[in-house]
Amino acid sequence: MADPPPAPLLALRGIGKSFLGVRVLDGVDLDVAAGEVHAVVGENGAGKSTLMKIVSGGYAPDEGTVEFAGRPRAFHGPRDAQRAGVGIIHQEFNLLPERTVAENVYLGHEPVRRGLVDRREMLDRTRRLLASIGETALPADSRVGRLGVAQQQVVEIAKALALDARLLIMDEPTAALADQEVELLYGLVRRLQERGIGLLYVSHRLTEVFDLSSRITVLKDGRRVTTVNTAQTTADELVRHMVGRELSSYYPQRAGPDDRGPVRLTVRGGGNRKLRGVDLELRAGEVLGIGGLQGSGRSALARALFGVAPFTTGDVELDGEPVRLRSPRAAMRAGIAYVTEDRKGEGIVARQSVLDNALLASRAVFAARSGRAARTARVRELLDAVEVRAAGDDQEIRFLSGGNQQKVVLARWLALTPRILLFDEPTRGIDVGAKSAIHDLVRRLATDGAAVLMISSELPELLGMSDRIVVLRDGRIAGELPAGATEEEVVALAVGAVREAAA
Amino acid sequence: MRVAERRPLPLRIRTDGIAPIVALLTVLLILIAFVQPDFLAPSSLMSFLGRSAPIILLAAGQYFVIVCGEFDLSVGSLVTAQVVVAARLIDSDPSRTWPVVVLLLAGGALVGLVNGLVTTVLRVPSFITTLGMFLILVGAVYLWSDGAPKGGLSEEFRRFGRRAIEDVPLLGRIPYALLVLVVVAAIAVVLTRSDFGRTLVAVGDNPRTAELSGVRVVRTKTIAFMLSGLAAAVAAILLGGYSGVSFQAGVGLEFGAITAVVLGGVALGGGRGSVVGAMLGALTLETLFALMNFAGVSGALRSTVQGVIILLAVAVSSLRSSSSR
Repeated sequence: MADPPPAPLLALRGIGKSFLGVRVLDGVDLDVAAGEVHAVVGENGAGKSTLMKIVSGGYAPDEGTVEFAGRPRAFHGPRDAQRAGVGIIHQEFNLLPERTVAENVYLGHEPVRRGLVDRREMLDRTRRLLASIGETALPADSRVGRLGVAQQQVVEIAKALALDARLLIMDEPTAALADQEVELLYGLVRRLQERGIGLLYVSHRLTEVFDLSSRITVLKDGRRVTTVNTAQTTADELVRHMVGRELSSYYPQRAGPDDRGPVRLTVRGGGNRKLRGVDLELRAGEVLGIGGLQGSGRSALARALFGVAPFTTGDVELDGEPVRLRSPRAAMRAGIAYVTEDRKGEGIVARQSVLDNALLASRAVFAARSGRAARTARVRELLDAVEVRAAGDDQEIRFLSGGNQQKVVLARWLALTPRILLFDEPTRGIDVGAKSAIHDLVRRLATDGAAVLMISSELPELLGMSDRIVVLRDGRIAGELPAGATEEEVVALAVGAVREAAA
Repeated sequence: MRVAERRPLPLRIRTDGIAPIVALLTVLLILIAFVQPDFLAPSSLMSFLGRSAPIILLAAGQYFVIVCGEFDLSVGSLVTAQVVVAARLIDSDPSRTWPVVVLLLAGGALVGLVNGLVTTVLRVPSFITTLGMFLILVGAVYLWSDGAPKGGLSEEFRRFGRRAIEDVPLLGRIPYALLVLVVVAAIAVVLTRSDFGRTLVAVGDNPRTAELSGVRVVRTKTIAFMLSGLAAAVAAILLGGYSGVSFQAGVGLEFGAITAVVLGGVALGGGRGSVVGAMLGALTLETLFALMNFAGVSGALRSTVQGVIILLAVAVSSLRSSSSR
């Protein structure tokens, strides 16, 4: 156990919270000292977001006390918490894209002179504020919509500081950032620390947690498992606390050379608005990893194969027969399934039941194929097989954790017994435990003879899962790598730092 | 699926979210029992249900459209048009009754088809599509009938909306309209439990997901509009019999139906609600009007009351859904 600091900035004691009779938090204690980065880790559904909402005034706790700056507090809503000095930086920003940086930073409390907004003063203050956190390169009068994600994040932070935040909550701050931007965020976090600001840092990525935090609290099933000093723990130990399993057991065994079957899918010269000259072969029994930067055409490739935005040039062959994949229905009839990267936006129907979600595709496309009772029974079996955890199959899917939602989506596709599966970021936003369950499932599908194409931005996942890796850049294939390639090789191809391999 | 084996019974009617409307209806009936105890006598209650059948049918039709995320404002003028057309075509000739009934149903489906295709293929928001259809039908029916309804309905045609099976033990009488309602309601419930019905709600919840799961969104929504048109045709047959031929036959029914559906717990914008709730919403609305009538409240307040109900019901449901997030 780590020692609590003598006079913490934030002290949570025995926090409990239930929703609809489900206990989400139970007796959680947590301290944050001024100038400390305190990381909170745990699987999805462990209670991290609920805890953060309690600290930032979004929810009132059912039990326990929140003490901030030495005084017991019961915040009445987020604004009240902000005024008291608690700022929160959400994964999704809350900025007005058509307004300038300064206007966003001082939104709602603009400096006023003679009843009018004092623009010059507002700009000056914003510049001073940005300079004080070392962000001199960010123009205070630039439109926020023109800034990159990393810079918008800085604006969010400045916004909180303009309200004299003493405690900042950062919820998965690097989720939307590119690798080089993460470095910049590190610098910013350290400068905030030097100003004496306490930081609560929620993240799935253990690397960051180790790089930045001084203490780590592990939550599991709404309870605090432990709080440790970062210097005295290891990633393995943390993962064990989170799921009770070693890090080394992460990825399932790859396919051997004999496991690969015949070529299922061939693309020759495939192109559309986002892709050019794509040549690709996908074999039964293999997991083909697709790497590349955001916007390199990875998702466009999956969407072309699934008929969402079909190829306009080139040929596609399925088991040696030419095929036209003009719509999702056509692709599904051809035995192709597609698990999208935007689970909330295009993967689930949030207010429908687990069962309705799992039955969606069977009902839509193969309604006449088998009797309703048989079909429902089969889908229930699949939900069992992928180990969905829910209160029942009539529970609305939105109440499930990301990992369980993804398993339901998977069951939806498995019900069609697809022969080709396209996975776009299958484990995005999913906790560690469910992640490895999904990895196992993906591999099992390949072993059972399906051809799997898997897109991933997470290099360890891409390297750990793939039997070969095709890297895309600017809508073209930049090169192919065998299993056992290194992160450096993938990145080099993705950014074009090496001569292109013959694709 | 792990834990809690709580599987729904195979024949269960989806009852999600109808508890509030059942409670409200009960309260209104209790109030009526104080103000006008005679109302609850079996034969009077049966007549009331028969009178309410058209609006309940329209609510059921409107349910399909609203639950997939659209609106149908054309049903009121569609009812008027159907009644006027029926009178002119039948022209008091009993032998034409059944052909005209078939024609009305086809006409209702056709109007729904046009509404659906304009909304989905031409991407006109359904609010505008069906408002346009409303105006087109109003104008067309005036033009076609030269400004005054002509002809007349046959007694056979009027039977559905006006007559009842009399001297039934216990119940007193069973209006034909009630029988029609029971049949249509049963069909509606079966439809919502079918693949089509479940898919329709999914389309209203998230059309993107539905599309990427192979749902033909255009077709599904168009069928919903056709169901609403069919329901309007049946309602027109009952109303023509009950209240006779006039240009006022269907005035305001579209708002009545939408109010009823919202009152019954169906989310505007789609994705949530049951057809049973929608139909109970219509019954509750009619019960409220009956209560107002008994209590001596001016009938002129009807539309005001509907307006207030719509605003309140939507406010309550959005507050609830935002707090449970």
